[in-house]
Amino acid sequence: MSDRDKRARDLRMYFIGFAAAVALTALSFLTAILQPFGPAGVFAALSILAFAQVLVHFRYFLHIDLSRQKREDLHLILFTGLIIAIMAAGTIWILGNLMMRMM
Amino acid sequence: MEQFIFGRLGWDDIAIFDVFRDPTASNIVGSSAGWLAVIGGVITLALLLIRGWWKPLLFDWLNTTDHKKIGIMYIVVGLVMFARGVAEGVVMRSQYATAYQGGYLTPDHFSELFSTHGTIMIFFVLMPFLIGFMNLLVPLQIGARDVAFPRLNQISLGFTIVGAMLLMISLVVGQFATGGWTGYPPYTGVAFQPGTGPDYWIWSLGLSGIGSLLTGLNFAVTIYKMRCPGMTFLRMPIFVWTALCTSILLVFALPPLTAVIIMQALDRYLDFHFFTNDLGGNMMNFANLFWMFGHPEVYILILPAFGLYSEFTAIFSGKRIYGYMSLVIATMAIAVLSFTVWLHHFFTMGQSPTINVAFGIATMLIAIPTGVKVYVWIATLWGGRIRMRTPIIYLAGFIFYFSVGGYTGILLANPTINFTVHNSQFVVAHFHNVLLPGTLFAVLASIYVWFPKFFGFRLDERWSAATAWLFIIGFTFAFMPLYIVGLMGMPRRSPAFDDPAYVPYMIVTMGGALCVLTALGCLIGTFVVSARRREALAVPGGDPWDGRTLEWATPAPVPAWNYAFIPQVHGPDAFAAEKAHGTAYAIDCPSYEDIELSPTSWIGLTIIVFGTALGFAMVFWIWWLAILSALAILIHAIGLGFLRDKEEIVPAQVVEATERAWLDGARQGPLTDRRDEVTSQNRGYAARIPEA
Amino acid sequence: MSTSTATANSHPGLNLGPSHGEAHEQAETVVFGFWVFLMSDLVTFVMFFATYAISIQATAGGPGNADIVDIASIGMQTGALLISSLLFGIATVTMKHGSTPRRVIGWLLASLVFGLCFLGLEVRDFIDAAEKGAVPMRSGYLSAYWALVGLHGLHVTVGSIMILVVCAQIAIFGFAADVKTRVLRLGLYWHFLDIIWIGIFSIVFLPGILT
Repeated sequence: MSDRDKRARDLRMYFIGFAAAVALTALSFLTAILQPFGPAGVFAALSILAFAQVLVHFRYFLHIDLSRQKREDLHLILFTGLIIAIMAAGTIWILGNLMMRMM
Repeated sequence: MEQFIFGRLGWDDIAIFDVFRDPTASNIVGSSAGWLAVIGGVITLALLLIRGWWKPLLFDWLNTTDHKKIGIMYIVVGLVMFARGVAEGVVMRSQYATAYQGGYLTPDHFSELFSTHGTIMIFFVLMPFLIGFMNLLVPLQIGARDVAFPRLNQISLGFTIVGAMLLMISLVVGQFATGGWTGYPPYTGVAFQPGTGPDYWIWSLGLSGIGSLLTGLNFAVTIYKMRCPGMTFLRMPIFVWTALCTSILLVFALPPLTAVIIMQALDRYLDFHFFTNDLGGNMMNFANLFWMFGHPEVYILILPAFGLYSEFTAIFSGKRIYGYMSLVIATMAIAVLSFTVWLHHFFTMGQSPTINVAFGIATMLIAIPTGVKVYVWIATLWGGRIRMRTPIIYLAGFIFYFSVGGYTGILLANPTINFTVHNSQFVVAHFHNVLLPGTLFAVLASIYVWFPKFFGFRLDERWSAATAWLFIIGFTFAFMPLYIVGLMGMPRRSPAFDDPAYVPYMIVTMGGALCVLTALGCLIGTFVVSARRREALAVPGGDPWDGRTLEWATPAPVPAWNYAFIPQVHGPDAFAAEKAHGTAYAIDCPSYEDIELSPTSWIGLTIIVFGTALGFAMVFWIWWLAILSALAILIHAIGLGFLRDKEEIVPAQVVEATERAWLDGARQGPLTDRRDEVTSQNRGYAARIPEA
Repeated sequence: MSTSTATANSHPGLNLGPSHGEAHEQAETVVFGFWVFLMSDLVTFVMFFATYAISIQATAGGPGNADIVDIASIGMQTGALLISSLLFGIATVTMKHGSTPRRVIGWLLASLVFGLCFLGLEVRDFIDAAEKGAVPMRSGYLSAYWALVGLHGLHVTVGSIMILVVCAQIAIFGFAADVKTRVLRLGLYWHFLDIIWIGIFSIVFLPGILT
């Protein structure tokens, strides 16, 4: 592969990522504006779209994939995911419960 | 105008003059402490100038990025702050001894004492000690010449010193917080403490927190990326494993502290409402966020200590560590579980029993990997040829008392029991019971073990052993009675009590505190006596204890470049294996090469000076100084990218000369019989070089 | 040392590749270190997100979520950030494939322009909110809102300054090894801020316009 092709391939990554990110953002905004589902549905849709967009950004802008060489870094990100899930869920659980009990 | 220049700083804030304004007992104690700090500072400064020590201080130490020197500086900072922390502990115990319907300290002064005592002991004694040991040992144990980012390492040290400086300044100017080391609002909010106290807390913890975070980052990358050839993860010494887990904890546990300090600062400076009583503030979130940091912090303090125990237990048992794999798994399990238990610090805040039970169970789970570790140390001792040196005295104290502390921990993890003993002296007994034998004893023992490695001579055995005994005995009498008075209902953090039944216990603990103070004196004596006898105690061979891991395969003191050749490792306990196979010191060296050292830098000093100025200015609302200091740090930091580093090269001849002198010593020097380990026979050569 | 075994893909993010020699070898360590920093920073953000989530009802009678969202402005801010990210990506790719320093600086400055557009719009929104009485001193909710969105804005500001710094370094030193790895790291930072922004518009702004 010539250097020109490699360059085109690297650039394509970013363009694909950009297109997908724009599309997902637009879908998120449309979901919120048009509200095609009930409240629960809208929240679910927004979460799914946001999660999908995070994955797109990781894949195409930050170049994280499942290849062998990058395992260490994937571990790092997944571990971070675990920690923030524990912390965020714990906070909402504890403080939400306290709020409820003070009503 | 005066307000512009001095902010809210006035003559009344100079705390050391309180004694002249109003000479009560409480003020005499408080001001004397301040005067001690001032006089100590002046004497140090005078010595630096008169003896000309400022030059080596500046050009050999403060601008170095050598991990060994940085590690030593961390430990020195820790020792200085330790002296203050112990002194405060003794003052508090003396208050308790007289506190039946009175006491001689004002409640405010007493609150300030327990707040600074806690803050100092956790952030500026135990953490610098352990981070110091990580600095000293990790690069050597993984066969590297330095950490991944030497300059960042200096920056971390700078921020730690800034925090310690702010605490020392708070003795002299203004007042430190009275809200405990946890600083719970709304009591620490503007409404109840408009003064400087909580601001000192914010800036000393906030700035030193940045340093700790960067340390974690640095060591995680060092251990991941800088291991020498053959040093696979499962061949790393246990201490490196615990350092790795600690680094990961630092990286992920410091952000909640940063966040909570930012929020508290916004509340206090800009009238935000995160934790206030009114307008939708939620002070319970402070406890929640704080302990999300605070609990992993406990394991930041204990995991490296576990690592140190594991290392020297193996050394002084003369055999390899028992159950390496189970120790590794237990360490990782503790690291992950430590993120799931923070609520047990506030069981009584009012959340539903379901939540309490969930976190109670998670807490008790941690007892399993911790128990595994205790068994591992016992099993390592079992059947070993144990040499009763000072570290083993500490180890014995540790295994016994740490088990007691662990059991009371399980009691406290039970929400129902916790409701009855929370906020009592029982809790004080518990956490001192785990942190002193757990961390402090490990550090003191490790100073004994690794001191010869970095200074070239051993510490005097009799003084060291006496120190160990005094610490253990002092600890016993200072803290064991607190379990009993705690169960009797004596609250913690209360400056006086009304029940005469506590009095005898308080007098016993006072005796224990004095014993700890004696032990501290004895520790200082150890250094003085050993320094005087350094010729007799010298161990140029660098292996005084028949060590097992790579760091012992270097001369003592360790040369700036650590290893003339990057070692190649073939199994765990690399140096012990070499000695067993008769291949130790058999360095196959066709030719020596120039070695590039990490370049020196002044960024650390910039941070120490301007970081302290920044913190002080923010505490006293001297905005111009704050802005200038912040700019100075930023400009220097950005400027680093524009300055090309001056490379510092050690020529091959120097490396060769040092290495040859060491190898010649191995060839001729007397081999140490393990029975003569603490006599002047010990020159630090545990195995003879094989004949070429 | 393991750095000498640098392969084509030695770290996450765009790899320069072995043809870049020293820069590529250095990148393995420094970029990994920077990832660790980013993940730590992410946890800081999560603390502010969590605090926001539990403060939604703490308006103390003041303006709430629905009162301060200007959805058109948020849409434009999102667009500006995404375009800025794309331009930064192009800058790094052209640097990798041997473009001149001048052109790379051009791409970086273009990226900076959109970053500044974002900041301008955000500041305008903050001023609008303040005029409606939605200042952070008003309630716990607004404190959490300003702190979370402001923290992201602060990060973008720092990133913008760093783009200028890096441009200056390229102009002075050309593509020295440490300059190249710094561009790579700044790129990661810039893309990372997009991910935070996804969280912000999905959790803070879009729920605000739900009826």
